[in-house]
Amino acid sequence: MTAVLEVTGVVKRFGGFTALSEVSISVGAGERLGIIGPNGSGKTTLMNVIAGRIRPDAGGVRFEGRDIGALPAWRRARIGIARSFQIPLPFGSMSVLDNLRVPLEQGGEADPPGRAAALLEDFGLFPRAAARAGDLSQVELRKLELARAVAGNPRLLISDEAMAGLSGSEIDEVLELLLRLNARGIAVVMIEHMMRAIMRFSGRVVCIEAGRIIAEGPPDAVVADPGVRRAYLGA
Amino acid sequence: MRSWVRFAAGGLVVLLLAALAARWLANDYLFFAAFVVLQFVVLATAWNILGGYGGYVNFGTGAFVATGAYAAVALQKLADLPLPLLVLAGTAAGAVLGSALGLLTLRLRGIYFAIATLAITIILETVVLNWDYVGGARGITLDRPHEDPFFGTYNRMLVVLMAGMAVVAVGIARWVGVSAFGRALSAIRDSEDAAEACGVPTLRRKVQAATLSGAMMGAAGAPLPLYLSFVDHTAAFGLNYAVSAMAMPMIGGTGHWIGPVIGAVLLGTAQQAVTVTISSEVNVLITGLLLIGFVVAAPRGILGWLGR
Amino acid sequence: MDLELLIDALVAGLLLGGFYGALSLGLAIAFGLLDVPHIAHPAFALLGAYGAVLMQGWFGLDPVLSGLILALPFYALGVAVYSFYHTTFERRGTDAGLRGLAFFFGVAFVAEVILILLFGIDQRGVRAPYIGRALVLGEFRLPWRMLVASGVALAIAGAMALWLSRTYVGRAVQAVAQDATALSLLGADPVRVKRIGFGIATASVALSGALLVVVGPVEPGLARIYIGKVFAIVVLAGLGSVGGTVLAALLLGVIESVMLSSPVASWTPAVAFGLLLAVLGLRPQGLFGR
Repeated sequence: MTAVLEVTGVVKRFGGFTALSEVSISVGAGERLGIIGPNGSGKTTLMNVIAGRIRPDAGGVRFEGRDIGALPAWRRARIGIARSFQIPLPFGSMSVLDNLRVPLEQGGEADPPGRAAALLEDFGLFPRAAARAGDLSQVELRKLELARAVAGNPRLLISDEAMAGLSGSEIDEVLELLLRLNARGIAVVMIEHMMRAIMRFSGRVVCIEAGRIIAEGPPDAVVADPGVRRAYLGA
Repeated sequence: MRSWVRFAAGGLVVLLLAALAARWLANDYLFFAAFVVLQFVVLATAWNILGGYGGYVNFGTGAFVATGAYAAVALQKLADLPLPLLVLAGTAAGAVLGSALGLLTLRLRGIYFAIATLAITIILETVVLNWDYVGGARGITLDRPHEDPFFGTYNRMLVVLMAGMAVVAVGIARWVGVSAFGRALSAIRDSEDAAEACGVPTLRRKVQAATLSGAMMGAAGAPLPLYLSFVDHTAAFGLNYAVSAMAMPMIGGTGHWIGPVIGAVLLGTAQQAVTVTISSEVNVLITGLLLIGFVVAAPRGILGWLGR
Repeated sequence: MDLELLIDALVAGLLLGGFYGALSLGLAIAFGLLDVPHIAHPAFALLGAYGAVLMQGWFGLDPVLSGLILALPFYALGVAVYSFYHTTFERRGTDAGLRGLAFFFGVAFVAEVILILLFGIDQRGVRAPYIGRALVLGEFRLPWRMLVASGVALAIAGAMALWLSRTYVGRAVQAVAQDATALSLLGADPVRVKRIGFGIATASVALSGALLVVVGPVEPGLARIYIGKVFAIVVLAGLGSVGGTVLAALLLGVIESVMLSSPVASWTPAVAFGLLLAVLGLRPQGLFGR
């Protein structure tokens, strides 16, 4: 399997607090990787390092073989790293359709409004195209967030707790969407607390605790790992 | 495309009316009022490009107006350049100031940019006070023609010029509103992180918006000393510019190009009426109260009432 | 410049800086810790100054005493302003920052115009035994008004530091800056904490406003000049530290004072603002930042 993303030896400190110490991780093309870990373990910090929102103190990030450590977040977005946010960040004052036009226009798409409409159709948001994004329901926001993330045809999608705050059937809807996106060849890194979703979705799971990777492997093995159980249950 | 044709036709009608009025109407006070209101159309529109679309507050409209005005004063004194070049110089000076301030502070949170614009106002005012070539604290009287071959007086010609600038400024804002550039700015206003994740080079777009906005403000400032034929720091750096250029889009509505125009025409006209009939203090008091009132109670301005 | 003049300027600068510190502490809390874009802070100080002028006119009170008395209604004013700001802007989300800034700017502007309408644009001052006299120490003449102002300023700073470090609410105010969610997990209501914090900050502004008119006569346009000074100090200090704020204030006071007695004195008004721009451009986390 060729790696689409390779993170090597990433260290990030905030003042005296070490959020990430020597984290290395690689994601294969088209892979489904689940990331679990207690709150504050460094998952989101790691994703911010990958997406370019935070500069690490040490370590490197390669995307499709290319060193992207010096690229700003917007450049990484344009070359194929997409992300959704833990708390949805819609462009609240704009219409749902215009929300999708933003990444399409930045990516140099030939027909942004047409492509945006097709995406909305695909994500089941077409009836809401003219609504203000700020007026959407929680599950609609999650879908919009994913639609906007993949509008630029990424090869890697980072989904940061896209199911938080959703009901059971809504979780299934979003999970289904993520699986469909993955089936089109997008590698998906899913950060999630919802174990049911992680188990169903992931081909491989990584567990992070206190800024270190403490377990890695098939979902069943990682969940059975004594270290992981300790981190989660405090036992 | 057709909507642009309509817009261009509307702009031409405005210009033609201004020209006809300048040629045949008698009342000089009306022309002064028209000059002020048209200048505010440009300033409010310019403010709204960065403030309304991009969400970054500029408290320093006075500094930009003064930059344009003093660029014109200095060049007129130095080389006696023709009017179009003076306006061009004012535009360039405003653009330079906008991009410099933008590069310095637009990577930080919005409040720092806002405070920086306050700071630059005081700094530039101090510069002018210490710069004898452009009159220092005493101000400077400009040597400029009083007649104009077509419009009768030079000032009437300047009113028509300002009307032209207003049409151009509104046209620019209208273009920004429907362009990818404008959508990128709105995205930045709603969520800078999400905009960046969508591939928007946020800092670059913000600096571009500050440059464009500053250029338009500088352009609007350039004819001011010529119109007054005298300028000093109080006229150029007037606080009223800062408050009004912000209040007008807020009153009209910041989300659409017509908002600042509505605000500038309504508030600008009211200001002229109040200044003449009551007093200039009451005038600025009303402006301030309207700003607070709209910001608190009608965040989408008059356009919000109309349901846009 | 000869040495004696320089020392003179340094001493005067330290006194001036102490006074600046008093004026900036309220903002260090309101903006630095509570994250409220309080552009109207110096305007409130000016209201305090005019309050002291009025109280002397009506009851013949000493300005510092007036400042202490005014601290109570100003506390209420601060609580009211924050509650209003919170319900109107903080809670609404989208572009609250833009409108919050416009709101405080409008408030500052309206306050200035109301002062003009009530008092005219002429300067107003107060009388007190310590105004107009100086303490003569050998070669040096130290104006009592500056000694009183910086003395009171130090008292405010001390009280503020104690309040922030020793009381439950004070510590909560510091915590709210870092993590409002953690605070609410501990059972404290972040909004209530911020309301009290803003009230205390505004109360301190009443007193430092009274110092403003002790230091010199006031006029309605003065607040605008002080916006630059107080924000320069708070940003330079690194948001929200009491010690840093006092140090930064002393630094600005000394720079301004030395400049005033130099050939480039007429550039002094630009110093605070230039410093502010330089800090924003080069080191936005402040000199003494966390």
